[in-house]
Amino acid sequence: MEFQAPYPDQVLENVLENVLQFLTSRRDRNAASLVCKSWYRVEALTRSELFIGNCYSVSPKRATARFSRVRAVAIKGRPRFADFNLMPPEWGAHFAPWVAALGSAYPWLEKVYLKRMSVTDEDLKHLAEYFPYFKELVLVCCDGFGTRGLAVIAKKCRQLRVLDLIESEVAESDMDWIGEFPESGITCLESLIFDCVESPINFEALERLVIRSPSLKKLRLNRFVSIGQLYRLMVRAPQLTHLGTGSFSLPEGVAHGDQEPDYESAFAACKSLVCLSGFREITLDYLSAIYAVCANLTSLNLSYANINAEQLKTVIFHCHKLQTFWVLDSICDEGLQAAAATCKDLRELRVFPIDAREDSEGPVSDVGLQAISEGCRKLQSILYFCQHMTNAAVVAMSNNCPDLEVFRLCIMGRHRPDHVTGEPMDEGFGAIVKNCKKLTRLAVSGLLTDQAFSYIGRYGKLVRTLSVAFAGDSDLGLKYVLEGCPRLQKLEIRDSPFGDAALRSGLHHYYNMRFLWMSSCRLSPQGCCEIARALPRLVVEVIRDDGNVIRGDCEEHIDDNFDILYMYRSLERPRDDAPSFVTILH
Amino acid sequence: MERSVNCGGNDLNLEATELRLGLPGSDEHEKQSSPSVRTSNKRASPEVAEESSSLSVSDARNGDQDSAPPAKAQVVGWPPIRSYRRNSFQQKKTEADGAGAGMYVKVSMDGAPYLRKVDLKVYKSYPELLKALESMFKLTIGEYSEREGYNVSEFVPTYEDKDGDWMLVGDVPWDMFISTCKRLRIMKGSEARGLGCL
Repeated sequence: MEFQAPYPDQVLENVLENVLQFLTSRRDRNAASLVCKSWYRVEALTRSELFIGNCYSVSPKRATARFSRVRAVAIKGRPRFADFNLMPPEWGAHFAPWVAALGSAYPWLEKVYLKRMSVTDEDLKHLAEYFPYFKELVLVCCDGFGTRGLAVIAKKCRQLRVLDLIESEVAESDMDWIGEFPESGITCLESLIFDCVESPINFEALERLVIRSPSLKKLRLNRFVSIGQLYRLMVRAPQLTHLGTGSFSLPEGVAHGDQEPDYESAFAACKSLVCLSGFREITLDYLSAIYAVCANLTSLNLSYANINAEQLKTVIFHCHKLQTFWVLDSICDEGLQAAAATCKDLRELRVFPIDAREDSEGPVSDVGLQAISEGCRKLQSILYFCQHMTNAAVVAMSNNCPDLEVFRLCIMGRHRPDHVTGEPMDEGFGAIVKNCKKLTRLAVSGLLTDQAFSYIGRYGKLVRTLSVAFAGDSDLGLKYVLEGCPRLQKLEIRDSPFGDAALRSGLHHYYNMRFLWMSSCRLSPQGCCEIARALPRLVVEVIRDDGNVIRGDCEEHIDDNFDILYMYRSLERPRDDAPSFVTILH
Repeated sequence: MERSVNCGGNDLNLEATELRLGLPGSDEHEKQSSPSVRTSNKRASPEVAEESSSLSVSDARNGDQDSAPPAKAQVVGWPPIRSYRRNSFQQKKTEADGAGAGMYVKVSMDGAPYLRKVDLKVYKSYPELLKALESMFKLTIGEYSEREGYNVSEFVPTYEDKDGDWMLVGDVPWDMFISTCKRLRIMKGSEARGLGCL
């Protein structure tokens, strides 16, 4: 047989393949794939992590045809505003077609990450069946499945390392899913997160599982696990790095006894603990048990614990290394001041409202924000719910925290001005986009005129995600943003006076965006039809939030008003799984 | 929703084709002190849907006032908190309200044919509770003294605590009382002598 020397192209491709193995960032890979056909081919062969930002932008078939050696898949579905009941459920984002395609294309698949997708028990069953090497399942803000589906995963995925259920809705059934993990032998479990599961679990089975899982590092329990049970688990797993404490109280009907376990020493024994959360139904007496670990914590989530400033102080004063802090506004400005005084390394802060209504008290304000800005100079990400805010405090933060990448301020009362000056909040947000040069995500609120949007358009050159609610005066506002922000990818707007003219001004940019959501604005069916006709690769969905059908189409007259416009680029024809309350314009 | 399109004038009457949630025929434009947003008559959350039509007008005049308005119809999906988080606190509030042994407790009175129930959470102190019992059963209980109990009364209020023991109402601080009280019994003074003068 004659020796066939590989021709030069082949050599190049081999070299490229070896080099591209090391390229992990998907943005870099996307760029590499555009160089030439050869690079496109090799990149497709070497991409092992597939990220689909919008499950309807590409079909499973097309995705799996291009990338043949994928080991990990991430898929995102519903638009974020659907989380707030703005749309009827059953909109779509079904995992089923994906699991079928992945099953035939990637039998060696190891990891699946889904966000805002509808996943059924049947889908989970298929996952367990199709992928014998399956290792990691992460479901964030998903729904459609229940404990039956989890049981199949537990039972069949023998190499499971990660089972993370985060803020997902899990339907209750009488299925004891924890009990379905193999009863004997060591497991490879490294992470088990189920704090969002709203049904009791078989604790004895869980305890046995933890005993058999020496690699377990992350364990987040749900509120049906009492503090006594937590103790039993902690003494079995002192190697934990991430712990969600469950209820952190005794079960109902049980009184404090004399023979309570030594919770403090259980915490002290967890020398590697860096991330603490849970406290779902906290009994305050027990809070002191965590003091021993505070000094090592980099992440603390107290956002389900109704504690006041004094109670917080006892904990936060130890937390010098804290980088991530989620908390309820029950700690008041005083609590934030305490955090600001201690947590000099803070990168991410989220302050949630204990009373999420427009006319609630609002125990945190501009005072707390100011204090945080002065104490936590390294802040990168903030989500802050409040009732009273001033431009001055927001400006201060823009100056004090130059590393800010995410600024999300929610002034809960709609159209609220600066509570000291009575002015709109334009200048505050303007300062944020101007001074925070790394800003990529912004959520605005309060009384805002078109001026605020002018600032965003002028200075927000890196902004990728923008959330707007009850803001602006006229079409100009939206125009400023669409014309000024070249990196804009995700734009979600509700209840703002932007109409067809404004929508038109983004025609040059919509193909560069992942999606646009506009609800209760001033759009007309004709305006949306215009967009649909101008941009054939854009899927233009119009939705009635009362669930009724919209009559008519763009050729004839569209009779009805609709409430929501949701549009996104797609390589495919419009989806065929749209429910009746969704009309796709063309 | 039928509206005539007015093509004349300086601006297009976009009202004819605009999208908004409004009740048919409702056409209010709420002008606020700032020359800005036209507030839409927003549909209220399902819990208060029935009241929304009457509240929506006053609903629009919000925000600028710092004084607490009467509880407004809430706007759907605002503030943007996921329902999981929202529910976990509402749940806790109702759990907290209902938790502990002393919420609605049965009250029996010696000689009365049937029992009553009182909600202990409604009262802030012993005098309030006793007054309520007095009016409920049409009797006089009188004043409590630490040393002598209800010596001068014909009727003496007692309660069963978490341990199952019968105690004199008034001995322990109010907060401890409402968390340990399981039921009340108004005893005839003569029977109660044994309790009071220990």
